[in-house]
Amino acid sequence: MRAAVLTFPGSNCERDLARAFAAHGFAVDRVWHKEAALPAGVDIVAIPGGYSFGDYLRCGAIAARAPVMAAVARHAARGGHVIGICNGFQILTEAGLLPGTLMRNAGLRFVCRRVGLCVATTASPFTALWARGAAIALPIAHHDGNYAADPPTLDRLEGEDRIAFRYRENPNGAARDIAGILSANRRVLGMMPHPERAIEAAQGGADGVRLFLALAGALAAA
Amino acid sequence: MRARVLVTLRPGVLDPQGEAVRHALGTLGFAGIEAVRQGKLIEIDLARSDPAAAAAEVREMCEKLLANTVIETYSIEIA
Repeated sequence: MRAAVLTFPGSNCERDLARAFAAHGFAVDRVWHKEAALPAGVDIVAIPGGYSFGDYLRCGAIAARAPVMAAVARHAARGGHVIGICNGFQILTEAGLLPGTLMRNAGLRFVCRRVGLCVATTASPFTALWARGAAIALPIAHHDGNYAADPPTLDRLEGEDRIAFRYRENPNGAARDIAGILSANRRVLGMMPHPERAIEAAQGGADGVRLFLALAGALAAA
Repeated sequence: MRARVLVTLRPGVLDPQGEAVRHALGTLGFAGIEAVRQGKLIEIDLARSDPAAAAAEVREMCEKLLANTVIETYSIEIA
């Protein structure tokens, strides 16, 4: 199994993310944003958190137009797996690979703490090892995590069981408590919480492990 | 020629930053402010001389990058 971890100027979670994949049996390629193609044989593209391009214009807006993102769009169109975490989620919405957008937190403050989440669907390669409705805790660290989309889009996400995670106590004003969503084919996940910062007890919790284990299981079976 | 692009939030989209500005203005004693909406002004200097072609090109820039049409609208002035 191969994971490609992208890096943009201003990314700052790429090492944690690469380490989390490596700890769960993935060969990891680190890919710079100027690359026009992904390494051969990549199963999953991972877009890390951070402040790509200084959050200029809008969070993720410039990164979404970087050369490597055209390759990511082709990978996704072929049915390839993609995960975007925090700024990576913002980049996926800006790239049009997931619907909606992430606005400034309703409370205007940067929020950096562990939050309670509910696993809203188990029908995805990322969440299959949890029980539906499972209560877990993962860290968040963001200023723009307030998920917004028009009501028909929100209804469609709910109707198609595409909400992966919801906040148990909404920290940022996100519509319908949404913390993470899936693409229509369920292989692209965008989420504001950081599973890669919760893979061992020393990080204060290890609830992120099941996401990487689930993904490893799904990709090994594919 | 110069293009001025004004990017604003769509009506109905909550603007927490505009709301914070409204509160701060109230704190400074400015009374009767009903709403504040914050947006962006982007100035682009173009080598083109045909205003219609320039407007069409800037519109494409807005659709592809300058505005996120999920939550924002834009207007363009060419001068």
